[in-house]
Amino acid sequence: MTQDHALQGSEFHGGPRVPGAGTASGTVLPGPAHDGADEPVQLIDRHGVRHAHEHYDGLVADVDGAELRKLYEDMVVVRRIDAEATALQRQGELALWPPLLGQEAAQIGSGRALREDDFVFSSYRENAVAYCRGVDLTDLLRVWRGNASSGWDPYTINMATPQVIIGAQTLHATGYAMGILQDGDDAVAVTYFGDGATSQGDVNEAMVFAASYQAPVVFFCQNNHWAISEPVGLQAHVPIARRAPGFGIPSVRVDGNDVLACLAVTREALARARSGGGPTFIEAVTYRMGPHTTADDPKRYRDANELEDWASRDPLARLATLLDSLGLLDADYTDAVKATADAIAADLRQGCLSMPEPEPTDVFKHVYSAPNSWLDRQQDHYERYLASFEQAPQEGSR
Amino acid sequence: MTTMTFGRAITAGLRRAMEDDPKVILMGEDIGKLGGVFRITDGLQKDFGAHRVLDSPLAESGILGTAVGMAYRGYRPVVEIQFDGFIYPAFDQIVCQVAKLHYRTQGAVKMPITIRVPFGGGIGSPEHHSESPEAYFTHTSGLRVVSVSDPQDAYTMIQQAIASDDPVLYFEPKRRYHVKGEVDEASDRSASDMGTARVVARGTDVTLVTYGPLVPTARDAAVAASDEGTSIEVIDLRSLAPIDYATVEASVRKTGRLVITHEAAQSGGLGAEIAASITERCFDVLEHAPVRVTGFDIPYPYSKLEFHHLPDLDRILDGVDRVMRRHNSLSGLTREGVSQ
Repeated sequence: MTQDHALQGSEFHGGPRVPGAGTASGTVLPGPAHDGADEPVQLIDRHGVRHAHEHYDGLVADVDGAELRKLYEDMVVVRRIDAEATALQRQGELALWPPLLGQEAAQIGSGRALREDDFVFSSYRENAVAYCRGVDLTDLLRVWRGNASSGWDPYTINMATPQVIIGAQTLHATGYAMGILQDGDDAVAVTYFGDGATSQGDVNEAMVFAASYQAPVVFFCQNNHWAISEPVGLQAHVPIARRAPGFGIPSVRVDGNDVLACLAVTREALARARSGGGPTFIEAVTYRMGPHTTADDPKRYRDANELEDWASRDPLARLATLLDSLGLLDADYTDAVKATADAIAADLRQGCLSMPEPEPTDVFKHVYSAPNSWLDRQQDHYERYLASFEQAPQEGSR
Repeated sequence: MTTMTFGRAITAGLRRAMEDDPKVILMGEDIGKLGGVFRITDGLQKDFGAHRVLDSPLAESGILGTAVGMAYRGYRPVVEIQFDGFIYPAFDQIVCQVAKLHYRTQGAVKMPITIRVPFGGGIGSPEHHSESPEAYFTHTSGLRVVSVSDPQDAYTMIQQAIASDDPVLYFEPKRRYHVKGEVDEASDRSASDMGTARVVARGTDVTLVTYGPLVPTARDAAVAASDEGTSIEVIDLRSLAPIDYATVEASVRKTGRLVITHEAAQSGGLGAEIAASITERCFDVLEHAPVRVTGFDIPYPYSKLEFHHLPDLDRILDGVDRVMRRHNSLSGLTREGVSQ
């Protein structure tokens, strides 16, 4: 296969600037050189050219032109959802939104590999994975509009409520996978997290537990190069995928902007887990093209040239080029896909604007599953306090 | 009725819970072949299998985090934290996940996790082995917190904690593991409610509120006080979150005086919460401000000094003297002799 040199760990040209490690002029010490194993698996290169792969082609042999088109449609739709949600935030309808722009291939490729009874434990950026799980789109927005503490019942789409504490969900996935083992089932728990999360103790503990119990869990790390303002070089001085073998977990680096490669490596990891082979660690090398959230301003910390470079590796554009080269991307088709995406975005907007407002005393709901004397007393007092305003004969009286 | 130690009673309760519900899974460090460092899970792995009594890697956050995942899958994990002072690495998983997932998921996901914590001092151990961290958890909404003081409660309440759909921290006073008592193993776990406090000695002059390791000390103090003509009503809280204030209030309305004693440090502790709540509820009947007899606001001291830190019978009676406005009490007085 043709090597995509630009993909090779641009983050490792230099390590983080550790106090005392740099020179007086502020230059940093070079990171370790790459070896061949760090080269990401790639089936579609940045120019949209499909390359044969001795091992991974077999895992996507069923993906014909029609299936490639489905993956393309998925990516167009989730990018459109992302743009609409960002617009809703700009218009004051959402308090915050974490865009996934640039990570569509990593999320759609892996998300479409999953079986219905697999269970996902993700962070807050995996909106495209939730889309693959069949989430009601309005549910994607409830938390960000501030109308609810979560968007959906995890058991309806087999995807846990997105996790905000960085990396905590990797342990939940591992525990869930331990439960699958207990049940003698062949489902798999899949956990999504970022490059920043790999510094967390929980992620490392999750790998210890997963390896020790040979739990059927897939660690899907989207290395999007940035943890808010911190470059991946601050989290890891070697390619992240190299860590897993130290825990006894096989790992693979994949081009996270290549939807077909992401599908292939995830399928392999899932098959390994289902057949009793235990955990796998996947590092999908991708790029967060947008801000961390709508509250963030990447211009403060990253070079515009870097974004431009990654824009040339856009996951959607390269698949479009491939489809075009296969004669599968005529104007009628692209118009139809765009119309579908626009219709979904309109539904999303409508769902957002028509979301029911919560009741004041909803704050007390579901803290416990059983009555609680402390909370019942506080709720009773607060209800009477609120009622006192309705009973007040005139403004200002008590 | 069977006579057994406090520790054995917990073991028997665990065994019964595991027999009753195949979804009950035990997780923790050294709990398998060894039976735990206090032998509370002794024999359970042999009888129920290594798939139900899991020796965990030495990572407390990992233990709690995987317990959360097991609960997501429908299991009822019972986690052993080896010593009180080892719970802090798991603090994030307990406070941010175990406590809040039911709320976060609007009731869709239950977290029926029981976290057993051998706690408290008095066993001559080095640092991190004698702490009383309960207030960190009583301050966290979404958790239930209980402490047990006798074998019958130990047996019944561990089963109730496991049966609870809400997460429960179950604090075991480790220096009482060898105390013996009668246990009715035929009793149903619904025979009592772990949320209620219990009056363990009747009295009329002072209400003495405590829990866990100091319940026997408080009872002894009540006996000693009665010899001196003071009638103390001792309440074993049993549930620390929520606290059964109805029982405490009924007692204080009778006595007009409240002393709270616990091993944990004073400032921001449960004693402060109880004093404030009871003052709010029955200020009109109080003869004296509530008095706290607690551990000092210090790191747990080295063992040769730990009995200066731990409230004992005499310090409790000193607190009783204060609340009775007796002049023989020195505590609470400044050097000039003015009551603080």
